[in-house]
Amino acid sequence: MTIGSTPSTALRVAGLTVRYREVVALEDVGLEVALGEACGLVGMNGSGKSTLFRTVVGLQRPAAGSVEVLGRGVDRARAEGLLGYVPQQDDLDRDFPVDVRDVVLMGRYHRMGPTRHARVADEHAAEVALDRVGLADLAGRRIGRLSGGQRQRVLLARALAQDAQVLLLDEPFTGLDVTSQAAVEAVLRAFVADGGSVLVSTHDLTSLPQLCSRSVLLHRRVLAAGPTPEVLTPANLARTFGLDVPAGAAGTGGAP
Amino acid sequence: MSGLTSLATTAATRVPGWDLLVEPWQFAFMQRALLVTVVASVVCALLSCWLVLIGWSLMGDAVAHAVLPGVVLAYLVGAPFAIGAFLFGVGAVALIGGVRETTRLKEDAAIGVVFTTVFAVGVVLVSTTPSQVDLSHVLFGNVLGVSDADVVQVLVLAAVAFAVLVLLRRDFTLYAFDRVHGHVIGLPVRRIGALLLGLLAVTVVVALQAVGVVLAVAMLITPGATAFLLTDRIQHMLLVAPAVAVVAAVAGTWGSYVLDVGSAGLVVVCQGLLFAVAWVVARRRDRRAAGLARRRPAAATRAAT
Ligand SMILES: Nc1ncnc2c1ncn2[C@@H]1O[C@H](COP(=O)(O)OP(=O)(O)O)[C@@H](O)[C@H]1O
Ligand SMILES: [Mg+2]
Repeated sequence: MTIGSTPSTALRVAGLTVRYREVVALEDVGLEVALGEACGLVGMNGSGKSTLFRTVVGLQRPAAGSVEVLGRGVDRARAEGLLGYVPQQDDLDRDFPVDVRDVVLMGRYHRMGPTRHARVADEHAAEVALDRVGLADLAGRRIGRLSGGQRQRVLLARALAQDAQVLLLDEPFTGLDVTSQAAVEAVLRAFVADGGSVLVSTHDLTSLPQLCSRSVLLHRRVLAAGPTPEVLTPANLARTFGLDVPAGAAGTGGAP
Repeated sequence: MSGLTSLATTAATRVPGWDLLVEPWQFAFMQRALLVTVVASVVCALLSCWLVLIGWSLMGDAVAHAVLPGVVLAYLVGAPFAIGAFLFGVGAVALIGGVRETTRLKEDAAIGVVFTTVFAVGVVLVSTTPSQVDLSHVLFGNVLGVSDADVVQVLVLAAVAFAVLVLLRRDFTLYAFDRVHGHVIGLPVRRIGALLLGLLAVTVVVALQAVGVVLAVAMLITPGATAFLLTDRIQHMLLVAPAVAVVAAVAGTWGSYVLDVGSAGLVVVCQGLLFAVAWVVARRRDRRAAGLARRRPAAATRAAT
């Protein structure tokens, strides 16, 4: 681990401990995501993945540790719109009367004037983002009339329209069909190829090596971190998922 | 006024019932009542859209009731009642937030405990004041007896609340829709919420003049709920809600003269009737949509996946 902020680091988490009253959700967690890198976050339910995301975006206060985004504190990074966050199982109100375009434009509010009136550049960015996730023809549809997978892609489009540099995606593939998942993965790969950085939690270990060059196995603490093929060993996975399975069987296992 | 009267006379020869339609508006007190009711209705209706979407209807009820001790105290010390009402409205909101954040109580329990207690303080205070007449004015409004000063107060407060609500409407919608995203892009989410609650307090003060403490909550919920049933875009909702409220305000105020009943109650009844109409319309529309979907089952299945 290097000292001080190097420009090559998109996200640096160090010594992070998070507690919910008596529950310790994260303990001394450290990880780094480089610029132009996608990093996978793997762990069973309750291992602290969502807590890590929530802490990185400043929704959860850590008991100890630090988070740095592109060499800045989290507050600065948020104010500059550098962080894009797609929460797990969005709890958005399905009956809320906004359409897809409205939602994607919300990704640009921090760039707009005080009345958040969309300018041509904002409209354009929203259009481009919707096109990239393959939802251009649904721009006028009410958000509640989308499937779960489409909604997930709308939220991804919002993060793209935002021009976020670091995307944080909490189990974006859960509940997606194969087509939607492939679409989202293609967008993420293109985003990374353009120099963006991604931290994504997933249970899909089959697609992980193609999506993420590096992975972190989490179970309250970091159990293993490094290049994905080296990290996804049967022994590591058995420890991550608390499984007591013979070596060899765990490698092909999906979500617990 | 004479122009209006002569217009009424000529029209009366052609349209039966025209006299009855225009007669109430010849009186200054009726004009003033209409002005106050319409203005209060519009601001309340605008705000009600977000209250309904956020799920803050009970908060509207709470603030409306919690202003009572403020009004009584202001009356006792001879201060403008708006100041007392505003302070207690904001104070109740802060107290509710405090109880909710420092306990594991759900929001509705926190709201219920605080507002009933504060309202009860008002009831106790009222019983210690000599004049019992004003209580009914506070509780049920006294729109026929508003003074010029009250009218000015209502207009100024309503104009301020209206302007802020319209200018910052997109922030309020984001707050209602996705606070987490607002936080992540660095918007002052907590301040937006606090501002909305502050505007709620101001709006309650305005509504008090028109319909009183007890019925103010109706003005803060029903138009938004009605518009929600009729539209599926917030932009349209923000137009439909005030429009519905204006219709109810005019009809209710007019009806109160013709039927010789209290206007506050009738305005709220009219809002309720319009809600009922919207309900029927929305149900028929949804049924028809469901029927169409049944006729195209394959398409519906594809859309649902
Ligand atoms: N809001 C909360 N209050 C209390 N405990 C929580 C809360 N959120 C998560 N936890 C606990 O923290 C641990 C980590 O949860 P989470 O971060 O959601 O894990 P994951 O996303 O990996 O499933 C779990 O034990 C969970 O029960
Ligand atoms: Mg989770």
